[in-house]
Amino acid sequence: MNFAHYDMGPFYDEMFAAPGEARAGTGLLYRKIESLPPGELERRQGAAEKALFDMGITFNVYGHSEATEKIWPFDLVPRIVHVDEWQHVETGLKQRIQALNLFIDDIYHDQKIVKDGVVPRELITTAEGFLEPCVGLSPPRGVWCHISGSDLVRDQDGRLFVLEDNLRCPSGVSYVIANRRLMKRTFPEVFAASNVQPVELYPARLLDMLYAIAPSKNEPPLLTLLTPGVYNSAYFEHSFLAHETGIELVEGRDLVVQDGDVCMRTTKGLQKIDVIYRRLNDDFLDPQVFRPDSLLGVPGLMAAYRAGRVAIANAPGTGVADDKVIYAFVEAIIKYYLDQEAIIPNVPTYLCWRPQDLTYVLENLPRLVVKAANESGGYGMLVGPAATRAECDAFATKIKAAPRNFIAQPTLSLSRAPVIVDDLFEGRHVDLRPFILYGEDIFVLPGGLTRVALKKGSLVVNSSQGGGSKDTWVVNPADRPETPIQMENMDHVKSSC
Amino acid sequence: MLSRVADALYWMTRYLERAENISRFIDVNWHLTLDQPGGECQDWGAMVRITGDTALFLERYDGFDRQSVITFLMFDSAYPHSILSCLRAARENARSVREIISNDLWEQVNDFYHLVVDGSRRPEVLYINPHEFCQQIRLRGMMLGGISNETMNHGEGWHFSRVGRFLERADKTSRILDVKYFILLPDISFVGTAYDDVQWGALLRATSGLNAYRQRHGRIFPANVADFLVFDRDFPRSILFSLNAALSSLSSISGTPPGTFRNRAEQRLGKLCAELTYTDIATVFDDGLHEFCDRLQMDINGISDAMGTVFFGYPSEASPTAQEQ
Repeated sequence: MNFAHYDMGPFYDEMFAAPGEARAGTGLLYRKIESLPPGELERRQGAAEKALFDMGITFNVYGHSEATEKIWPFDLVPRIVHVDEWQHVETGLKQRIQALNLFIDDIYHDQKIVKDGVVPRELITTAEGFLEPCVGLSPPRGVWCHISGSDLVRDQDGRLFVLEDNLRCPSGVSYVIANRRLMKRTFPEVFAASNVQPVELYPARLLDMLYAIAPSKNEPPLLTLLTPGVYNSAYFEHSFLAHETGIELVEGRDLVVQDGDVCMRTTKGLQKIDVIYRRLNDDFLDPQVFRPDSLLGVPGLMAAYRAGRVAIANAPGTGVADDKVIYAFVEAIIKYYLDQEAIIPNVPTYLCWRPQDLTYVLENLPRLVVKAANESGGYGMLVGPAATRAECDAFATKIKAAPRNFIAQPTLSLSRAPVIVDDLFEGRHVDLRPFILYGEDIFVLPGGLTRVALKKGSLVVNSSQGGGSKDTWVVNPADRPETPIQMENMDHVKSSC
Repeated sequence: MLSRVADALYWMTRYLERAENISRFIDVNWHLTLDQPGGECQDWGAMVRITGDTALFLERYDGFDRQSVITFLMFDSAYPHSILSCLRAARENARSVREIISNDLWEQVNDFYHLVVDGSRRPEVLYINPHEFCQQIRLRGMMLGGISNETMNHGEGWHFSRVGRFLERADKTSRILDVKYFILLPDISFVGTAYDDVQWGALLRATSGLNAYRQRHGRIFPANVADFLVFDRDFPRSILFSLNAALSSLSSISGTPPGTFRNRAEQRLGKLCAELTYTDIATVFDDGLHEFCDRLQMDINGISDAMGTVFFGYPSEASPTAQEQ
């Protein structure tokens, strides 16, 4: 299997600058793949899929019998990012998260940014993620969004944009780590030679962050990860992170508030906990304050949080800043708090809330991507160029009924990367979800989750919509020479996993 | 340790042990029917009766033929104690505590489940000869016991899973003894038929105990076999061995010195162990082996209920035990 017939199309390709000409950092991988005997890459792809299946990293296909379990599709050819470009990404993400965090803190205190007329008040109060009960709260160190992931895309000229911010419970980091472990087994020779920056340090950095926000001086503090339970689609990740960090994986029914403290029910009675890394949406956290019908949360949790008895990551209320309408203001937010230009720009965005934008959007639906302000996972969106006339009309009705809830962006011609399709390479559109931790300082995991739209021509990468993933290698080829490596003899090199 | 986690570990191993034992039932019966010409239908009916779920079976199947019984016990998704259902439940419990158990343990539970799912896709093979598949299940079950012993911390969680394993095993060994009762021993005096030796031998083989029995007792006599399976202090599948093992783990969990108790689960289990320690096989036969097995199974259910209220946060002993056999 080789790239002789690989068609880059009119897109920016992540692996090739021109046909047969690998981009900086990808040469080693390219030559390795070209040198493999026929059938070998497919064999390795099969072995990787079997490993994922054996690890039980599967989801159920609904409407089928119980036997039908599938792995989340994983493509063996990694996406490679040169360390120079990564430094730009890292700086840009740190800037963005710092500004967004300052924004959230301001919104729940003085709202200076509103008073100064940068962000309209109406858009704050109508944001679903804005939580009245959080007004006046001051989480430890002023950090609200401890764990975040802002999705990045590239256009046909190779320019990077932030597509959206995920400041509530971004998921996917477990796949980054699991994918990497697989890749080390699959391509030890290229891996060892490419000087790939490690992702294995994520669990340790996550622990550092959770320790940093523990309110009491309990030594060591009792840390928990709050999951909605085994039936949640991200349960694999919850359990993976708990396993990797050794923190307790708890469900709402394991927790109870007693004498103002949050405690977990153990075989030896109640035990006070200090930190909750919650993977539960705000509105389910505490039925006394938010949705009264929530069975997943803990009654009295918010009172304990407000009294400083327990830390919650991410802090409740962060959703106000990843509302897709607020997204349109992030460049202004960066300017306002940091007095800097955004290092990674936004995709130009039309707010249907603005009458002139609304008119434009309605007139140009077939050319735009329209998104609901509070949805994620690829739901509630219209990809104009791929939609029928009837779908556009139906969407127009929805937009007119609630303009505040919709934004629109020009359809980007997303970059592509080669994926294995049967016994050929074909280009598929990709994005990148990096993972950022904010505790004592801001840490950006080198790499991240490259999501692939596996359907030919599709622009939607979400796992719920037929997306797959790739490992993402941040490589520093300058540190190690590329040429002297005897590729064929490297197969026995042991990986460090 | 979280009550929910202790609960899941306890049930995960109970279900694994149960699946392994059902495969032992099927295997022993398979060999018994091979060695006993004629009357096969009736023999397979005995398999269903020892599960105590005859009514459930008759709702779903027309007769006790081999195919129906094997399907019911192995692959019937609607029957909560079929091997497939047990594996599914064990895997769901394992999934809910995946962060606690080792990767090796999880992957093997997962793989075990897929083995049975794959088997359920070609049941015809098993109607003809279930032996090989049963043996695979038995080996997997034992391997999982080994993996948990070798990869888990021998702390609280391991002890809970050990209590689950040994309570289940005691229950199932009593049911394996019952197979013999249902098939040809309605009466202790009914001894010495041409096939008797063969059949008691098959029973011992089902518990992997034939060699151990030979070394201990030599020739096969029904009273010795029963004595071995109920009272042997060193044979790891005997009822008393299993109950003592469960009791020692329970004491480790609560930190109670031997011979004392701090909660109802310990009290009931300790009482049962003491009772068995100070009785003998003659008394058991006088009272009726089947009646003895029945009572034992009820005692074990009571102990399991007490585990629920003492450790797992179940509301009260009166509540229905959804997972109980």
